[in-house]
Amino acid sequence: MQGAVVSATDLACRRGDRLLFAGLSLALGKGEAMQIAGHNGIGKSSLLRILAGLAPAFEGTIAVDGAVGLLDERPALDPALPLGRALAFWQRLDGAGGEDHLRRLGLTTLLDVPVRYLSTGQKKRAAFARLLGQGAKVWLLDEPLNGLDGHAVELAEAITAEHCASGGVAVIASHQPFRLPGLRTLHLSEFTA
Amino acid sequence: MALLRRDLARLLLGGRGGGALLPVLFFLSVSMLYPFAVGPDAPLLAKTGGGVIWVAALLAAILPLDRLVEPDIEQGLFDQWVLRGISEELVIAVRVFAHWLSFGPPLMLAALPAAALLGLDGHSLRIVEIGLLAGTPGLAALGVTVAALTSGLRGGAALSGLLVIPMAIPVLIFGAGSLGTGGESGLALTAAASLVLIAIAPFAGGAAVRASRG
Repeated sequence: MQGAVVSATDLACRRGDRLLFAGLSLALGKGEAMQIAGHNGIGKSSLLRILAGLAPAFEGTIAVDGAVGLLDERPALDPALPLGRALAFWQRLDGAGGEDHLRRLGLTTLLDVPVRYLSTGQKKRAAFARLLGQGAKVWLLDEPLNGLDGHAVELAEAITAEHCASGGVAVIASHQPFRLPGLRTLHLSEFTA
Repeated sequence: MALLRRDLARLLLGGRGGGALLPVLFFLSVSMLYPFAVGPDAPLLAKTGGGVIWVAALLAAILPLDRLVEPDIEQGLFDQWVLRGISEELVIAVRVFAHWLSFGPPLMLAALPAAALLGLDGHSLRIVEIGLLAGTPGLAALGVTVAALTSGLRGGAALSGLLVIPMAIPVLIFGAGSLGTGGESGLALTAAASLVLIAIAPFAGGAAVRASRG
């Protein structure tokens, strides 16, 4: 497809001896978002890791145009460091100021707390701050709503909507409903071998 | 560079693992215990002391292995680096340097009181110091490589200790051997063995991290 930011053709994924899915093709243009749905263990995370280029596809090709930001169950923040310093490490690498993100995500009061004392939801919000600071065009979100409370879920959905409205692309792997205008859904169960 | 700064803050000042202090204290306590164990025989101590310093240095270098690479894979930091175009090889190379800074120079300082405890003369002390300068970078490279190889394995910490010891033998033989021959050739071979390990480390370590990602 012309002008696609993220595209995959005839993708197959194998985990050990098991073929998780095959013949999967998708294409996302500017500002589009897609939810990957399916039950546990069907290969949602594997698909995201293939799209991120972190895992090889068993078959098929992928093409991604632009920087990729990944948000998964691991916040990639030093557990021993206070949140502020753990995030500052990524800020130095990504070269972006993140004051507004922190305030918006309600993290300003947590900056002195070591990451390992944060709750699951707080870590997830911190990971969102890291993702926003990265400024990547393509967002791969693996279960982004896990552990978030009602208010934070709305916030995560709003942040993703803004990302798409400004021309970004989002691929969301989740078994929970994700409210986003224009969100397409891909049911992985249609491609299981 | 941000990577080196983070590595140094983590390894040198160190959080839970005690940072650079623990290997140094360990090293000193071995040098202190050795005279008690073999008795107050000054010529014997002076003759074997250099070797003891080398063994103590090797063991001190093994201490922080389990937190060198594995936590970063577990926390997903390597994934995030790769997405930003920072290769595993670069991360490993930076980590070798940071790991060496966290124990090499501190051990060279600690070798001064250790030499006094063991009754080494000035000449031997000088050879030990030069030898440590040449050998410890190799030990650091070896440590990081093995830590990357064993990350993700159960009991990886114990295994990595066992793996490092045989592979450190060349550095140890030449390093400690240079004391006996009193010569530059031993020191040159220590440096050579060390260089080989440093040259291999980023590639072997990087490949190991990539393989563990799966």
